[in-house]
Amino acid sequence: MRLSRWLAVSVLVSVAFAGRAQGTAHGTGATFPYPLYARWAHDYRARTGLSFNYQSLGSGAGLLQIRRGVVDFGGSEIPLGREELEREGLVQFPMVAGAVVVVANLPGDSGAPLRVSPAVLADLFLGRIARWDDDRLKALNPGRPLPALPVGPIVRADGSGTTWLFTRYLSAKSPDWAKGPGAGAAVKWPRGAAAKGNEGVASYVKEIPGAVGYVEYAYAAGRGFTWLSLEREPGEFVEPGPASVGRALERGLALPGHPLEVDLLDVQAPGAWPLTGLTYILVKADQRDRKKGRALLDFFHWCLVEGAPQARELGYFPLPPEMVSGVEARWTEKIRCRGERLWP
Amino acid sequence: MDGEDPLPRRTAVALNAPPAGSPSGPSRRKDPVEALFRGATRSFAVLVLLLLGAILVTLFVDALPAFRAFGPSFFLSQEWDPVRDLYGALPAAYGTVVSSLIALLLAGPLGIGVAVFLSEMAPPWLSRPVGVAVEMLAAVPSIIYGMWGLFVLAPVLNRSLYAFLEERLGFLPLFAGPSLGIGMLTGGIILAIMILPFVASVSRDVFRLVPPLLKESAYGLGATRWEVISQVMIPYGRTGLVGAIFLGLGRALGETMAATFVIGNSHTLSASLLSPSNTIASTLANEFSEATSALHLSSLVALAFLLFLITTAILSLAKFLLWRMEKALGGPSR
Amino acid sequence: MMPGGLRYLRRKAVNALLLTLSAASALFGLVFLVWILREVILRGARALNWAFFTELPAPPGVAAGGMANALVGTLLLTFLAIAIGVPTGILAGTYLAEYGRRNPLARAVRFVSDILASSPSIVVGVFVYAILVKPLGSFSGLSGSVALAILMIPVVTRTSEEMLRLVPDTLREAALALGAPHWKVIVAVCYRRVLGGLATGVLLAVARVSGETAPLLFTALNNPYWNWNPLRPTGTLNVTLFNYAMSPYDDWRAKAWGAALLITLMVLATTLVARLVVSRTEIGRS
Repeated sequence: MRLSRWLAVSVLVSVAFAGRAQGTAHGTGATFPYPLYARWAHDYRARTGLSFNYQSLGSGAGLLQIRRGVVDFGGSEIPLGREELEREGLVQFPMVAGAVVVVANLPGDSGAPLRVSPAVLADLFLGRIARWDDDRLKALNPGRPLPALPVGPIVRADGSGTTWLFTRYLSAKSPDWAKGPGAGAAVKWPRGAAAKGNEGVASYVKEIPGAVGYVEYAYAAGRGFTWLSLEREPGEFVEPGPASVGRALERGLALPGHPLEVDLLDVQAPGAWPLTGLTYILVKADQRDRKKGRALLDFFHWCLVEGAPQARELGYFPLPPEMVSGVEARWTEKIRCRGERLWP
Repeated sequence: MDGEDPLPRRTAVALNAPPAGSPSGPSRRKDPVEALFRGATRSFAVLVLLLLGAILVTLFVDALPAFRAFGPSFFLSQEWDPVRDLYGALPAAYGTVVSSLIALLLAGPLGIGVAVFLSEMAPPWLSRPVGVAVEMLAAVPSIIYGMWGLFVLAPVLNRSLYAFLEERLGFLPLFAGPSLGIGMLTGGIILAIMILPFVASVSRDVFRLVPPLLKESAYGLGATRWEVISQVMIPYGRTGLVGAIFLGLGRALGETMAATFVIGNSHTLSASLLSPSNTIASTLANEFSEATSALHLSSLVALAFLLFLITTAILSLAKFLLWRMEKALGGPSR
Repeated sequence: MMPGGLRYLRRKAVNALLLTLSAASALFGLVFLVWILREVILRGARALNWAFFTELPAPPGVAAGGMANALVGTLLLTFLAIAIGVPTGILAGTYLAEYGRRNPLARAVRFVSDILASSPSIVVGVFVYAILVKPLGSFSGLSGSVALAILMIPVVTRTSEEMLRLVPDTLREAALALGAPHWKVIVAVCYRRVLGGLATGVLLAVARVSGETAPLLFTALNNPYWNWNPLRPTGTLNVTLFNYAMSPYDDWRAKAWGAALLITLMVLATTLVARLVVSRTEIGRS
């Protein structure tokens, strides 16, 4: 008797704490944009009371689960082709641009960016450069003391759009890489320990001296890592940061008639950060629930139009207005609920 | 396993005979409520059996595409290449087995040592709290071992033991660097700490079953404490001790959370204990929710099937050994 | 001079050495326990404040926030799992203790139950994904509960059987002699007598699943908001802990230790209470 009464009370108390529990839309996908999506969802909920639950499981998970219809929206850096989108009944659009950076844990280091060439970068992850005081690194960074620590590559254990961006770059720049692991959301890594999500990689790099890993910019900022600057053209080293990513974005989006899924990898412009990419949202073209579908689009609209300050604060790059109109035009064209247009 | 009697004959008779002076009505045998209740309990008991069967069948069916695609070489293949859709079970299986063996090598002797201490050496005022403390180790959830392992143990080991091993013994393939702190050996050590309480408490129960008369006769002949333990108790209970060790092995093989944090999650097969590795359980935890293709998913389920088969076999063996021992000594089953 | 001389001294030395090693093993085990608990308590206590228990998770970089919904989610899923797993386990245990006893079915069930009790929980997660998540089309708290229930069933079955076995047959016979049908004997006499013991089984089952994360990873998924609908993803302490622990954010990691402390306390408390009840039941009834 006493037990059941206690149970009833605790349930009532929990409900009292719950407040207004509104319906929630669920999405899974890339860890790349997770800090931003979480922040947008948090701020939007404060404004409207509507909840959007985004679980960062990796681009692979996002794609798989939106294909299966197990979630309401998916997030990924890997754009699907038109035939595949039609076949799966999905609509895809970019949300925000971000950058992949390579960071290392070098204890006692000055923290200034460490220069590497694309070939050296590939060799670090191929395991061909065993220690940080290797001659090739010394040659690229004359006069800089480098620790005699072993190089510990940290890679992704799960299917990842971040990996896809990174390995595409390596495949383009290093024939050995293209022949070996190749490019993809998950590849066969020759060396290193693997972690789950961008969070995991950042976590491992933070814990292990001598570790080097690739993460989305937002996961690296302010953590005390040593950043690696890439050689874009012989002799020209680009440091990751808002300026270089901004230049890549500017140049990449300036191309006339580009699709919404513009490829921002290795943009040919001075001072442009090579590892830039867009991150996409996927939703079902045919929305079953009108209310939920509309709520989703309202949320994304708010993110695109009013979410720019949060994006910049967290180290992402909001889409310019022309792209936003392009995105919303696509919604109008492609998203339906029982035959009826859902947007505007 | 049971060692009890079936319902005593008189109770069975009482169940079937009509009660003296009972009013006319359905006899006990034809009571519908009785039939219903009996049927219900039997159904749920059968459900337990069906559960095991369902797990085996479901896993096997979902793993078939992988078996068909790769054939028996799946179990020996080192490949794990999602880009080219080629998978093999060897790295994960190897990591599972080796990390569990390391755990056994460490936890086996230690666990038996703890059991010896608790049952033969400690006075009651000490053995009870220490016994409870050791069992508390079992109660700590495995994810906490993982966290503690990653944030506390791995850095300590890396700075001390691994640095030493790499420097002095690094020429051996077994200890070839570079070490990151996380890897096969750390995984094995964490698993050892996790299975220590199981091995210890089952071993302690085994020691309790040794007849005091045997021990006293040995003491009477002038044996030292240790000689009684090593020459009387351990041989007497060896079946049970082996059972305890297999029980611990079964646990270690299936452990997910502790392993995922510290094993390094690398699909590359390496002889070095200091390099990152993988277990079947941590591969599943990392890759299952977003396998990139149907074949990838099927290969993961194939790994799960393999793990389930291995643990079922090991646990069956453990149970059999423990049962054999209890039968011989006439003690209660666990 | 002692008989045997040198040889005897050597035996004594070996004895002293190995007994010391045994004591050292126990000490070793204790050291780790203390070390782990110390870290969990120190780091966890720092994170457990009022906000932890009442607020929803905040995204990384936003101060404050807590795990209130994960706590509720854990309670919800545990209650659901109990609702599914406990009646199954008690009825199965009743069969083993009352009807089956020595027949082949009962022996098979006991054997299988013990195997399931020690099986890898992640495999159970894969199984439930295949039979519930895929067909239902979404992650759900319900499938998480089913996975937990499957882990609970063997524990409850065995404890129920053992508790019911403690009821002496003479009691059953007395009730039967009074004209009660067998099922009534079980329900009105046996169950009532070992109610405490059956509750112990439930407590042990709860302890078993409180620390489980793997089976929830691809069944219940996670959810940073309040969720009362078991057909949708539900947040739990364990999965949230996993996500936070693997993250590089200091505030999230601190909260992860807080969750770790809570889970440890829950498991320890239920285990200790269960032992207390068992010892009282055994002392009172034997």
